[in-house]
Amino acid sequence: MNIFDRLMQIDRRWVFLFLVILCVIAYVADFQIPILIEPEVESIFTFIDTLPKGSVVFIPMDYDPGSMAELHPMTYAIVEQCWRKEIKVLITALSQNGPGMADQALRDIADSMLVPKTYNGVSYPAREVVNGVDYVFLGYKPYPALVILAMGQDFRLPFPLDYYGTPVDSLPMMRGLHNYNDLACAINISGTNATDYWISYGQGRFGFPLAIGVTGVSTAQYYPYLGSGQIFGIMGGMLGGAEYEELADNPGNAKDAMRVQLFAHLVIIAFVIMGNIGFFATVRKRKRQQREGR
Amino acid sequence: MDFATFLWTTFGAFLTLATFSFLYKDNPFYKFAEHLFVGLSAGYFTIILWHNGLIPKLMFQRLDDGSSYFLWLDSSRPWYLIPALLGIMMWTRFSKKYSWISRWPLAMYIGIGAGAAVPLEMRARVNEQLSAMMRDIDWTYFFGHGGFNFLDTTSGLSQLIVFIGALCALMYFFFSTPHTGLVGGMARFGIWILMIGFGASFGFTVMARISLFINRMQFLDQQWIQSAHDTTNPNYHWGYPLLFYLLILVVVVYIVREIVVHAGKKNTASTGPVS
Repeated sequence: MNIFDRLMQIDRRWVFLFLVILCVIAYVADFQIPILIEPEVESIFTFIDTLPKGSVVFIPMDYDPGSMAELHPMTYAIVEQCWRKEIKVLITALSQNGPGMADQALRDIADSMLVPKTYNGVSYPAREVVNGVDYVFLGYKPYPALVILAMGQDFRLPFPLDYYGTPVDSLPMMRGLHNYNDLACAINISGTNATDYWISYGQGRFGFPLAIGVTGVSTAQYYPYLGSGQIFGIMGGMLGGAEYEELADNPGNAKDAMRVQLFAHLVIIAFVIMGNIGFFATVRKRKRQQREGR
Repeated sequence: MDFATFLWTTFGAFLTLATFSFLYKDNPFYKFAEHLFVGLSAGYFTIILWHNGLIPKLMFQRLDDGSSYFLWLDSSRPWYLIPALLGIMMWTRFSKKYSWISRWPLAMYIGIGAGAAVPLEMRARVNEQLSAMMRDIDWTYFFGHGGFNFLDTTSGLSQLIVFIGALCALMYFFFSTPHTGLVGGMARFGIWILMIGFGASFGFTVMARISLFINRMQFLDQQWIQSAHDTTNPNYHWGYPLLFYLLILVVVVYIVREIVVHAGKKNTASTGPVS
């Protein structure tokens, strides 16, 4: 048995173990790698950064804890950027297992607002973010496509009450806020096919500016919508989150994870090359044996 | 972090390790975590649906003054009764005799869904995409805005690649003509374009899977390991490290047991069965 045969018979668990050890080493090692900013992420940052105070940004957090690894970093960075710049945020969670997680995330970000910070050379004082004034969390309703269409008429149709059971009409932020026409933009952060609904039923039907943040698995399939101008920005997976954190000068878990990603990808590329070499060498050997057998 | 929260965090760490143990092999810890996740998700979804769908939309209409109407009897929106009845009709599927009744709400649901979807999906996914493909090639910035930039998706070159790529990929699925000559060449190029697309998806998928693993590492480090040894915590006591090392002990015992069992199997295989 030569090295190529051994390569083809290697137990996949050794690959997993090797990858885990390398990831742990890269995680423990204290160094940073440069983050290349893509224009499709920068366009979202610039859009929010140039909004006047008091504007309303709509952030549908359509994901559940299974996708929070990839999508939480962008949510944290965008919501904090909005609040620091005194931009109001309207939130829904149209994934059935997401409302509790979204509520917790909002509380976490509200807590971080209690600390004064400096981002991109601008100092922001500490301030208390008030529910109903700085943000409204509408919560969950089933059937996202129908909810998106209904919100195009009035947010009050699917959501007469917010997530906490308060009538929406009694919230100061909702005065004069009726449908998508009253928003600066919507940034859909989604781990499900809700993004399709937002593109077709939301932007397609009502024509508001839409950007998306999606999981790595589905990033490639949404790039055509960027080229056609149906969305003005796209953040793909943890890398998209890391780029946004870099732009917002607010490093978090995504940027911290990029060095581990780098080494993990290198290892996987090496294994893919080794696997291919082993495969083709084995095929060649089998063909040679068949020829000699004849 | 108070001790109650740490208790749950330790349970989260246990479930994380139990889930990852499947990479080695299927085992009772993984089975426990898997069943817990499925049950918990179903239960959570049911409660969320009950409180966000059925209660506010079907049972009660809450008013600004805090009072509520029972919708079916005394409401400003009595027409909510119609979808409620349609919903109840769906349950007749469990009866062989009356299951035909469920076709009515189902037909209405499919009709509404198709009516809403067809024009909007056609516009967003077909018309807009076709229109984007047929735009004039930007010859002024053919190689990118501000100098040569292959990654500039708005450059004329990108537009040209998208146009030719889409045409060739469509040609691959055109089976009314034999794939020979020019058509064959275009179809072959179309396959390459599709493969590049699948490759991009695979790359992103790898990143996604590694992201999930990194997030779990961050959880274990930042929330579990650090909390277990955070002596600056005013609530800190011996229970924190005890829980931490207890879980570590469980992991170590499982690993040692597996090594012993594996070595035992190897010895049996080398000596052969005793007759």
